[in-house]
Amino acid sequence: MYLYDQYDQAMVDARVAEFRDQAQRRLEGKLTEDQFKPLRLMNGLYLQLHAYMLRVAIPYGTLNSRQMHALADIAEKYDRGYGHFTTRQNIQYNWIKLEDAGDILADLAEVEMHAIQTSGNCIRNISSDHFAGAAADELVDPRPYAELLRQWSSFHPEFSYLPRKFKIAVIASDTDRAAMRLHDIGIQIVKNDAGELGAAFYVGGGMGRTPMIAPCIKEFVPLDRLVTYAEACLRVYNRHGRRDNKYKARIKILVHEMGAEEYTRQVDAEFDHMLSQGIEPPFAELERIRTFFEDPLFEEGASAEIDRSDPDFALWVDRNTHAHKADGYVSAVISLKPVGGIPGDATSEQMRLMADLAKDYSFDELRVMHTQNIVLPHVRVADLHALWTALEEAGLGSSNLDTIEDIIACPGLDYCSLANARSIPVAQKISERFAANGKTEALGKLKLKISGCINACGHHHAGHIGILGVDKKGVENYQLLLGGSEAEDVSLAKITGPGFDEAGIVDAVETAADVYLREREDGERFLDTYRRIGMAPFKEALYG
Amino acid sequence: MDNLSSENDTLIRYRDDEPVDHAAVTVDSFLDQSSASAVRVEPGDDARELLPHLERLSLVEVNFPAFGDGRGYSSAQILREAGYQGELRAVGDVLVDQVAYMRRCGFDAFDPDAPLNEADLETALSRWPEVYQGAADKRTPIWSKRHA
Ligand code: SF4
Repeated sequence: MYLYDQYDQAMVDARVAEFRDQAQRRLEGKLTEDQFKPLRLMNGLYLQLHAYMLRVAIPYGTLNSRQMHALADIAEKYDRGYGHFTTRQNIQYNWIKLEDAGDILADLAEVEMHAIQTSGNCIRNISSDHFAGAAADELVDPRPYAELLRQWSSFHPEFSYLPRKFKIAVIASDTDRAAMRLHDIGIQIVKNDAGELGAAFYVGGGMGRTPMIAPCIKEFVPLDRLVTYAEACLRVYNRHGRRDNKYKARIKILVHEMGAEEYTRQVDAEFDHMLSQGIEPPFAELERIRTFFEDPLFEEGASAEIDRSDPDFALWVDRNTHAHKADGYVSAVISLKPVGGIPGDATSEQMRLMADLAKDYSFDELRVMHTQNIVLPHVRVADLHALWTALEEAGLGSSNLDTIEDIIACPGLDYCSLANARSIPVAQKISERFAANGKTEALGKLKLKISGCINACGHHHAGHIGILGVDKKGVENYQLLLGGSEAEDVSLAKITGPGFDEAGIVDAVETAADVYLREREDGERFLDTYRRIGMAPFKEALYG
Repeated sequence: MDNLSSENDTLIRYRDDEPVDHAAVTVDSFLDQSSASAVRVEPGDDARELLPHLERLSLVEVNFPAFGDGRGYSSAQILREAGYQGELRAVGDVLVDQVAYMRRCGFDAFDPDAPLNEADLETALSRWPEVYQGAADKRTPIWSKRHA
């Protein structure tokens, strides 16, 4: 994985000093809260309902065991002994004191981590495929391109006061595991007919209150023009994105209102102009970055044999592992979705265990998934049983990846000041319901996503089943949505009809699941059945 | 009326030449009248409209009515990229925490609504030992140093 050189370290250290200074000026009253707000936000510090929340960047979700240990230590030292892994492959701490924030950033800097641009109207942490560098189906490892863009976007002088936040995802496989087309910019590394690598740019996707799927505006940008093209995309947005209404300020609205064609024309014109500005790093820089992402030394001829005599283990292998490019290896997913638990939460103890297991079994590497689970990317099949046994003992052995229990939920009203409704208790009740009624297995792959308000941090638009918390005359109410997908078959979910109360929404999810179980044809997932039979049978069962 | 008299104590300049001694006009009036040599660019103005007239401009003020509106950074970059050499002054809601980025985008003068604390300004401008990107200030980016 990428390691800092003296330059990267100097930048992160400078940021720590800058933030200490800003926090000091705030504490001294030299900065008003209004002036301090955008500054703390660019360092990931939010003011929530009960305390400050600090969001730490995990670039493209990749970290090593030392970093995971540091995250565990921070949780213990400055928070309540746990952290929350987010849908942007980051981690956030919910109980932080402003006075401690500078020290936390300094602790992070020691392990080459930071909270730079994890919030605010700037280019956010860049996300990627959580199986990058491991997946059997990828063209190349997308992370070197994400790293190149991370450096370009860090402290970008022109793009630090954008109309709104800006999220970029980079993938390099036709299977989209990063919700690429629901980003402000989605980049897919592709190969052209001449066999050269390049980048396809999808611009103007997003969730939030006006979800949109990004159109492809450029099918092939040569790799030695990547930064320049991204810069052109951003400049057109910075100049013309709406600033009169924060709900219309994301680039998706600009692309939509201007039209993808006109936006592309302006980007191309800007790009042509910028080619003469010398802002593209030399190709040698990309090559330098690539050397950090070379394959670890996989054992030749490692055995792919699995002893399936223990059915619990066999189920975990079937559900929680993913095909690897090296024979005899898999990527193993540690579910942070225990039945009745808080999706994405991990205690310091658990973080340390995961770190140690990564060291023992996965070349010292871990990944955070946007679905709020943790991946050990390179595990020998022969080690799976030992790994699973250790996870089981720590309560981390849930075999529920991609099932209805593998719920994405935003923090909701338990933490978030913008929330209309709680998300976490609904997620807990649903996972308990389906674990108890035994339907999880029968339902197979089913993505359920919950947001506590229209901002859609829980990606409810992209759930096969989505749940949206709304405020109905001061009472928490939940809308049910069906038919979304964030994957390569991307689509936006549709609302079924009137909302439900907390107990009602759990029943409604089960009702929808039952319709699928009754109507499905061979091999269909919930989403496939919904797409074939449409909304009507679900409505009938829910409201009929 | 001369709004840039010597008693203007909020003006900070990183240039050696004398400041322009007359007020800046709007982009529209600048394009209409050929005598002005100082213009004020508002966030919604297209800085590219000025490009045909750069040689008669000595001062471009870029207004930041609110510090969170970052269009002025692009206006500055565009002017410098086109070779504008005159004074580029950030005016309005300009805070010490933005000046380092503004310098990078080519601003060489500041006239903030509220005076900047000199020590804070000094700290802010010397904060960044390195830069990751190429920009109007022509500082050498990290990637260039790595492959020097
Ligand atoms: S979706 Fe709404 S409630 Fe949930 S975290 Fe985002 S802003 Fe908060």
